[in-house]
Amino acid sequence: MKIISRIYMTLVFIFLYAPIFVLIAFSFNESRSRAVWGGATFKWYLRLFENKEILTSFSNTLILAIAASIFATILGTISVIGISKTNGIVKKIIMSVTNIPMINPEIVTGVSLMILFVMIYNVTGILEPGLTTLFIAHTTFCLPYVILSVMPKFRQLDPNLYEAAQDLGCGPVKAFFKAVLPELIPAIVTGGMIAFTMSIDDFVISYFTSGTTKTLPLTIYSMTRKRISPEINALSTILFGIIFILLAVINIRQIKSDNLKEN
Amino acid sequence: MRVKIKRCNFLFISILFMCLLAYGCDINRDNDNVTINVCNWGEYISNGTYGGVNVNSLFTKETGIKVNYTTFQSNEELFAKMSGNGAAYDVIIPSDYMIARFIENNMLEKLEFKNIPNYHLIDDNFKNRSYDENNEFSVPYTWGLMGIFVNKNMVDEPVDEIDWNILWNEKYSNKILMFDNSRDAFGISLMRLGYSINTVNLSEWRKAAEELKKQRPLIQTYVMDQIYDKMGNGEAALAPYYSGDAGIMVKSNPNIKFVVPKSGTNMFIDAMCIPKGSDHKKEAEEYINFMCRTDIALANSLYTNYSTPHKGAYENLPEDIRSNDVFYPGDDIIKNSEVFVNLPSEINQEINALWIQIKTGGENNPWILIAIIVSGMVLYILVTLYKKNMFWEVVKMASIKFKDGNVMEFTVGTTILTTI
Amino acid sequence: MKTQRIIFPYAVWSLLFTVLPLILMFTLAFTDSSEKLTIDNFLQVGKYSSVFVRSMWLGGFSTLVCFIIGYPVAYFISKIHVKNQGLVLVFMMIPMWMSFLLRTYAWITILENNGLINTFLRSLGLGEIRIINTQWAVIIGMVYNFLPYMVFPIYSVLAKIDTKIIEAAQDLGANKQKVFSKVIFPLSIPGVISGIIMVFVPSVSTFIISKMLGGGSNLLIGDLIEMQFLGTTYNPNLGSAISLVLMVIIMICMGIMNKFDSEEEKRQAIMM
Repeated sequence: MKIISRIYMTLVFIFLYAPIFVLIAFSFNESRSRAVWGGATFKWYLRLFENKEILTSFSNTLILAIAASIFATILGTISVIGISKTNGIVKKIIMSVTNIPMINPEIVTGVSLMILFVMIYNVTGILEPGLTTLFIAHTTFCLPYVILSVMPKFRQLDPNLYEAAQDLGCGPVKAFFKAVLPELIPAIVTGGMIAFTMSIDDFVISYFTSGTTKTLPLTIYSMTRKRISPEINALSTILFGIIFILLAVINIRQIKSDNLKEN
Repeated sequence: MRVKIKRCNFLFISILFMCLLAYGCDINRDNDNVTINVCNWGEYISNGTYGGVNVNSLFTKETGIKVNYTTFQSNEELFAKMSGNGAAYDVIIPSDYMIARFIENNMLEKLEFKNIPNYHLIDDNFKNRSYDENNEFSVPYTWGLMGIFVNKNMVDEPVDEIDWNILWNEKYSNKILMFDNSRDAFGISLMRLGYSINTVNLSEWRKAAEELKKQRPLIQTYVMDQIYDKMGNGEAALAPYYSGDAGIMVKSNPNIKFVVPKSGTNMFIDAMCIPKGSDHKKEAEEYINFMCRTDIALANSLYTNYSTPHKGAYENLPEDIRSNDVFYPGDDIIKNSEVFVNLPSEINQEINALWIQIKTGGENNPWILIAIIVSGMVLYILVTLYKKNMFWEVVKMASIKFKDGNVMEFTVGTTILTTI
Repeated sequence: MKTQRIIFPYAVWSLLFTVLPLILMFTLAFTDSSEKLTIDNFLQVGKYSSVFVRSMWLGGFSTLVCFIIGYPVAYFISKIHVKNQGLVLVFMMIPMWMSFLLRTYAWITILENNGLINTFLRSLGLGEIRIINTQWAVIIGMVYNFLPYMVFPIYSVLAKIDTKIIEAAQDLGANKQKVFSKVIFPLSIPGVISGIIMVFVPSVSTFIISKMLGGGSNLLIGDLIEMQFLGTTYNPNLGSAISLVLMVIIMICMGIMNKFDSEEEKRQAIMM
């Protein structure tokens, strides 16, 4: 049984990692073409830092993901508190609306936002499709994830905590920041992380709401439609390496500290 | 206290919004640092890859104007982006018939030719064409012919005898690529049938669509610029595309040859235009003028290999390119080719509908979709009933009625029984 | 009372950017290009029912494959030592951190006629198989991209099952198969349901995977919508109508799935 499960898991992992190995291999390929192996080279890694298109879109992606995830986290946390204060039909409506971006296919969310933005832009001339609209779109689809990760934690909170803090002489704001918020931090961080990852890899919604601005996934998409430049393979190999090492280090350290505790 | 918390919230949110606004303004309206949005075909500008100049960065270096360069794949896609996406471009480079359509829909700015002094370098042959009769809206960028790319290793027919018909040859099933845009694909089908590519006779369009539907099973995939990849890697044997791409394609795979069918083909002119409402019209004109500079036009022509309408660039091209009749075909071939003309909007609509039909595999029975939705709803109701333990009651009722021989109940009964 | 107003920013935000866009889409779907009321768009949608059938078949089949592959994965992960479970999950998640466009693009290199698989087969003298530009390539792409969405929810439910329940079943004389079919599997149903939803919805509505791997003859609903808005046949009214029909289909599917999930009802009850 154990052997079967080992073999099975190995096969699944090969399936999951196969394309990634292909990408990494081709980032070292001398030849531009996918069909020919022209020998190993590092030139694409050097070229990457000269390729303005990739670098600009990468920085756009980062700015956008950071801004949208921070804003979504703050707004999401505030709204969790707000939702907890509502009751009955209002609460039901708000929760259903919160679920819409999660249930709806991404393409429908993207298309409907595009319709809205273009209409606003055509009528009033503000909100030209670009980073601003991308920011709004990303915040909108990240919000439910923040809310759903903070909400359970907030519900578990002892309601007396807040009152106790007030009894001890804190104002409402201070009571919130001193007594309630610290308890919520882990859930808020999780929500923010989810929002960040969702935003950074989002293609479909950005595709419809970006106007002329390009994020990394959009640049990659326009490349896959002509000739892909190997610099992009180099960039994703670097990103993959960073994430791989980071997660591996964190986890191995955790395992080690667990072992120490046990001993 | 109550006032305080409200004010605090309000302050907080308004600060966030202000940051957001400031951020947005910073990008859109910083005048010292103008960025123009240029939208061009893919692989259609010298970007420094093969040792030539990078035109866009040279432009930024010389003028301080930044270029946000994006690409499109087909004229129809550009039209969709301009009308539906609210994408605010400053310079676009569509083809002849699409320029006419843009002009018709009042989507282009008139150019200020005193800002484009290099315009006199453009060959007069390419001015005042039918798509822009008085030459008010466009500055020609490139021209070329439509033809078929053939991988000689995979095709038996002698290259000289190849005609549009080969794209319908079952021998090459799954080895043929086809245009992923309606006008070019229909153009081929119409030429093959011997009709004009600008026919206003709807029945001829329908006939062409029938032929494209017949062709569909033979097609490996509908592509635009992916053709470089697929032909270059030897994935496909035949692909209709534009003459200029022969340069890059042959470089990547020497077995590929570009063939212009003898029966005639389509000639196109792509020209630079400024869309209505451009925020940086002056800078856009500066860009167009820059593109018309002899050294830049030469660099672009050498990189893209598309035929240039620029007199200065043409004179500076190497002799072997000028005498190559793929890039600069003789008058007889040009005379034998037709330029796309903008069609009346009702024909355009019909083409769209026909094109989706071709790509989706023909018209279908709408009742299938209704049946799917209705059966989904029925299933939902059944499951709900089942959950509430009323399921068996309904089944019993239905089966009792079934014994009575009521046809209506019979259908209900069978639906329920099959879902068990 | 005073803190109730705190909901305002969020309420305004979702009204503006979630509800309003859908209302606009709805109105577009029921008007023509000259803004006259019509149901013509929906009549046209019917003409493309083969696309809907194909999308649902490919999406449904991929979901099934994901379930068949993913359930044992989740089960095996939940069986290994608790300390190592996190690590295995992290390794499952890492591929998702790379752009899904690039990963899907890499599949072209693997699957195409002169690709890695066929080169390998040819070098063994086994001939070649045709996968790229067929339905199978689309299914592989969908399974590849959405498999983790199936594994994680199932795993999280399996990991929470109290071992005492399993021991109790064993004490009562149930063998391994019985324990699985009578205890473990029924308890994991909520995870399976959310897994199915999380795989089915994106695979029904994708337009990238079919475009890259499916060639010309495997157009899906997503492609059809994209064509109407940013593609070669611009017609936002028809596009909105197709989107609405897609929404309805997905809502029905989710409604049915959720009926099997008693946890969902409980959760909703709690949320109220």
